[in-house]
Amino acid sequence: MTLTQSDIDVEINDAQNAYDKAVAGGAPVQHHPPRDYAPYRSSVLRYPKQPLVAVSGGDPETVELSGPVFGPTDITEIDNDLTVQHQGEPLGERITVSGRLLDRDGRPVRGQLIELWQANASGRYAHLRDQHPAPLDPNFTGVGRTLTDDQGRYVFRTIKPGAYPWRNHTNAWRPAHIHFSVFGTAFTQRLVTQMYFPNDPLFPYDPILRSVTDESARDRLVAEYQHDLSQPEFSLGYEWDIVLDGPSATWIEEGR
Amino acid sequence: MAENTTGHVLPTPSQTVGPFYGYALPFPEGEQVAPKGHPDQITLHGYVLDGEGKPIPDAVLEFWQAAPDGSLKGAPGSLRRNPVTGGYLGRNGTDFTGFGRVATDADGHYALYTLPPGNAGLPYISVCVFARGLLHHLYTRAYLADGADPLLDSLPAERRATLVAQLGERRTYRFDIRLQGEGETVFLEFP
Ligand SMILES: [Fe+3]
Repeated sequence: MTLTQSDIDVEINDAQNAYDKAVAGGAPVQHHPPRDYAPYRSSVLRYPKQPLVAVSGGDPETVELSGPVFGPTDITEIDNDLTVQHQGEPLGERITVSGRLLDRDGRPVRGQLIELWQANASGRYAHLRDQHPAPLDPNFTGVGRTLTDDQGRYVFRTIKPGAYPWRNHTNAWRPAHIHFSVFGTAFTQRLVTQMYFPNDPLFPYDPILRSVTDESARDRLVAEYQHDLSQPEFSLGYEWDIVLDGPSATWIEEGR
Repeated sequence: MAENTTGHVLPTPSQTVGPFYGYALPFPEGEQVAPKGHPDQITLHGYVLDGEGKPIPDAVLEFWQAAPDGSLKGAPGSLRRNPVTGGYLGRNGTDFTGFGRVATDADGHYALYTLPPGNAGLPYISVCVFARGLLHHLYTRAYLADGADPLLDSLPAERRATLVAQLGERRTYRFDIRLQGEGETVFLEFP
């Protein structure tokens, strides 16, 4: 049985209504998606059914309260410019994506690694398993890395990725997005997420974005168009801050 | 920036790593945390399995651990790059970074080559699991020995066993990760 978009819409709306009702009844706000979110079909056999086991966060010997470190040897200077990694210019709308990496106290996370990957302007990944019939761009791979500066700021130059189809259900399309992988000062702050572009008409239909059932949390996945970040005759600017979650025990440590 | 009433800024939600991280996240020698040829090298390996016991070929695992001397400071150089060509140089062969990243293969298998962790208490390697279908990563621990431990001691026997890697021949430890169902691995949160 192949599911249609309207089948998925019903499930998405049921989950949304259940969440909204729970919060209205005093349940805590959920900043992250539940792992068992049926509209995203791949999750069905991949979430633990047992509750997570809490590790007391306050013990300084808890290995996870520290984390890997990265430095200038881990990147090269052009790793954050995805438009200059090949002989020619990639096709598409050039953009700058910039923002700050912060902890939950709003303090910058300094000198830490941010990685990103994305589809090209046609919505095709330079990945063997992406077989959707949109053209590859020989001048675009779609992988970038950088280290945050002393203010926790990062900057990437890239092109705007296209929307692409996937096989979750019939006529499933992902809104344009950039995948981000981020480290904090503790392994418990690890985050892999996706950045979206404002006003995308595909938002309501996408089970991956809608898995974040809290509307204001969902809004935090959407970058803001920033005219001041746009460069004349060259690129459009998007601003997106990333705030790392983590146990309360890590919030009192000085950010790197 | 969104703030809640306690002055904490609100976190960015997690999203799945998806199916196409394979050309972006894994890096050469991501599995080789021990300097090559180090006499103390150990192997941690196993399968990542779904709720039907089927291997998961599109998971990526990250590992973080104390150095053999117990240090948790880590060191840069896991993804070491050549500043001239932009190519990968791989690890420098002497610094112990404590960090590994390994994608599962077509059989859902991974292998990590590292040095014994010297953390206080029972030695363990912290594991973070990402996969298509996982909207939020999962943490677990691969203990390299059984014994008194606040976390292990808090678990019933059959669940405890899912966190203890089994020592085999040639300093090899087997650690399977079952995301769901029978023998489901204990996954952790850090409140
Ligand atoms: Fe994607």
